[in-house]
Amino acid sequence: MKLTLKVWRQNGPSDKGGFEKYKIEANEHMSFLEMLDVLNEQLISERKEPVSFEHDCREGICGTCSLVINGRPHGLLTGTTTCQLHMRFFKDGDTIVIEPFRSRAFPVIKDLVVDRSPLDRIVQSGGYISVNTGNAQDGNAIPVSKEISSKAFDAAACIGCGACVAACPNGAAMLFTSAKVSHLGLLPQGKIESDRRTMRMVAQMDKEGFGSCSNIGACEVECPKEIKMTNIARMNRYYYKATLGSDK
Amino acid sequence: MTLNGKIPPGPLATKWTEYRSKMDLVAPNNKRRIEVIVVGTGLAGASAASSLAEMGYKVKAFTYHDSPRRAHSIAAQGGINAAKNYPNDGDSVYRLFYDTIKGGDYRSREANVHRLSEVSSDIIDQSVAQGVPFAREYGGLLDNRSFGGVQVSRTFYARGQTGQQLLIGAYGSLSRQISLGNVEMYNRHEMLDLVLVEGKARGIITRNLLTGELERFSGHAVVLATGGYGNVFYLSTNAMYSNVSAGWRAAKRGALMANPCFVQIHPTCIPVSGDYQSKLTLMSESLRNDGRVWVPKNHEDAVSIREKKRSPLDIKEEDRDYFLERRYPAFGNLVPRDVASRAGKTACDEGNGVSPTGLAVYLDFASAIARYGKSRAVSEGIKDPDKSTIIQLGEKVIEEKYGNLFEMYEKITGENPYKLPMKIYPAIHYTMGGLWVDYNLESNVPGLFVLGEANFSDHGANRLGASALMQGLADGYFVIPYTIGQFLANDIRTPVFKTDTPEFDKVEQEVKDRLDKLMKIQGNQSVESFHRRLGKIMWEYVGMSRNGEGLQIAIKEIKKLREEFYKDLFIPGKVNEYNYELEKATKVADFMELAELMAHDALNREESCGGHFREEFRSPEGEAMRNDKDFAYVAAWEWSEDGMHKMHKEELKFENIELKTRSYK
Repeated sequence: MKLTLKVWRQNGPSDKGGFEKYKIEANEHMSFLEMLDVLNEQLISERKEPVSFEHDCREGICGTCSLVINGRPHGLLTGTTTCQLHMRFFKDGDTIVIEPFRSRAFPVIKDLVVDRSPLDRIVQSGGYISVNTGNAQDGNAIPVSKEISSKAFDAAACIGCGACVAACPNGAAMLFTSAKVSHLGLLPQGKIESDRRTMRMVAQMDKEGFGSCSNIGACEVECPKEIKMTNIARMNRYYYKATLGSDK
Repeated sequence: MTLNGKIPPGPLATKWTEYRSKMDLVAPNNKRRIEVIVVGTGLAGASAASSLAEMGYKVKAFTYHDSPRRAHSIAAQGGINAAKNYPNDGDSVYRLFYDTIKGGDYRSREANVHRLSEVSSDIIDQSVAQGVPFAREYGGLLDNRSFGGVQVSRTFYARGQTGQQLLIGAYGSLSRQISLGNVEMYNRHEMLDLVLVEGKARGIITRNLLTGELERFSGHAVVLATGGYGNVFYLSTNAMYSNVSAGWRAAKRGALMANPCFVQIHPTCIPVSGDYQSKLTLMSESLRNDGRVWVPKNHEDAVSIREKKRSPLDIKEEDRDYFLERRYPAFGNLVPRDVASRAGKTACDEGNGVSPTGLAVYLDFASAIARYGKSRAVSEGIKDPDKSTIIQLGEKVIEEKYGNLFEMYEKITGENPYKLPMKIYPAIHYTMGGLWVDYNLESNVPGLFVLGEANFSDHGANRLGASALMQGLADGYFVIPYTIGQFLANDIRTPVFKTDTPEFDKVEQEVKDRLDKLMKIQGNQSVESFHRRLGKIMWEYVGMSRNGEGLQIAIKEIKKLREEFYKDLFIPGKVNEYNYELEKATKVADFMELAELMAHDALNREESCGGHFREEFRSPEGEAMRNDKDFAYVAAWEWSEDGMHKMHKEELKFENIELKTRSYK
């Protein structure tokens, strides 16, 4: 298949950046990133600078890959990361527009690579259970219902890619943060410090320059791990409880 | 050099406990003054960094990723073993130890493996306490499943994303220590060399991947948890960035590389589909709990499937060869990985492979779907269910168990595995070889510790499924926090190391020269094209099946390719900027040297054991033939630029287990 790519090129954070057009020959068995590999090999053979983009596991779990493809984070398929998107979903002659994950809190580093370290700092502010190595009791000492465990897992499936932020017109990181708050807050092991965790993570989220949630729902649609917005509702409940609840 | 494994005396069962009780300790007030460098933030690195920081050491942790959570441990699917015996099926510390030694084809150290199996239960407890959402039964207790090479259910799992969940647990602990100021975290920093001061590992040189700047870091000890080298084959299930460079740089500073030819080939991966392919995707071993592996019995059937004239559903039951069940009735589809991989390759070599390339076998869930469907119908009180109801119910059970894997398969291949059997083929997955370490996980370079896949210690010539996560976390949470004290206890009066010293100057200059040399070549071929060619040589001659002649050819070809690399490589961009091509070039340069050493090691080892299969050494039935008389040793190699690599032997002594021919029949 013959494709035209419009790719965002930006040489560093302070560069203005713009789209470059490339013609490329691909086939339908390739993954989207393999198609970009072909583009880069082509550029290198012309002694030009390849397009910088991030990727690693190429099986949808490490959260390194990103890209806004034709206006949608991780492309047109739901529940799919860019690395799992295959070219059979495109047609011969298509023009594909490729941009970085844009958001105020994610400055562009180069081309399609952005800085997502604010997400790490949100986790550092409280996205864990405070247990030292060696402190643990037997794994079966506290039973956890299958339902709760499964709900916690659904939230814990987040890969920290930042698609929710890129999808949100407000540039909010509510889906990301609420997934962590829910994962840990649902489990008996994590309930104990839930109040503190929720308040600290929300505060850090604001400090990093992320926007607020106004229930648009683009995050849920674009999340490659199909994390639900009900997590945001849960985080809000936890937050009210932690700040205004009758125990306070 | 004599290699001293430093295995403590005493009976196997109490060695570790006794050793730990009498070990040198570093007092809390002294820990605060001691700095430890940890490179890599996967399961081993993150668990080590957080545990050491909790104990009071000052830790500097490094990853080349943008976040510690991206490490490749995250991709592990199936599960983690532990000798909990929750299912009451006769498991014990000894049995896990025995299975691991046997599974490794008697090429690992008894004492290390026993310790691993002793601490395995603590890992589960620790992870549950961190909030890892393991699979549970309706009663709220932890669920288990079976993996290859064992006859008990000791594998704990979190759907098909166990590695992800365990890593997020360890990453959480690491994040907590970062927020407390106990760990200084350096993202996007790649280790490019090791600095020795008076023969001890005291620092590293890194490249800041955003700016290209070389930076120096010192510590009282250096811990490498930098993963395996499967990407030397170009195509593997490893992540794209996974590489050997940190370990290889240590090897070039004197650390020994042990058993580099021991590579694990995983039987169930999605087959190669074309030349553009960048990586292979694993389908978890857990699928072999329910999937049956087969090829058509008749060559004509296989050919017509390859030509897409027939579908697997057209092949009658009696015309199918369930070759694992036929050849290995006792373990059936759950034989260890090396055995399953070779059997699959044999079936394809005999001309009965499916898929257009002929390099694939089926993994079929139809009988499991029918079985589960029937039992679900009973539990839902459906009387005399028809076939389609059974299939519908059965598919639901399979979806609950393996939903994400089936989805992943469909995304990649475009085929629905609920309706058509999966097509699978073996692929490079894990490397058992790695830097040589003693019982303390310390290499022959004092102060250099190596954890997880990066070391050689626990899996012998073949790793059992769900044991990589176990080893990474055992090393990081429960071994290194103790054993590092044996080295650091001598350093409590040693002040923090300065980095403006001749030792650091020299190594940094060497790194700079190496990068400049690569940048200056300005030839015509991309890094990728060299890597691909290296992979082809390795897969052809140092892959699933090896022979003396082929290995000699490999050594020559690799040398030739390396010469060409240094003459005709082209790296665009500049050295002092974000330059992914340069990053790749340093990795491939190191792979090319390691590749040669792997071939040497495979050539030296004139026996077949575990993942290392030498065609000259097999029984008339085609099974691997081990040679315990001459090869029950660890081959630890010293790299030499002139190709005359020197081997140091560590004899393996089996005092508790009788060496037997491994049989899964």
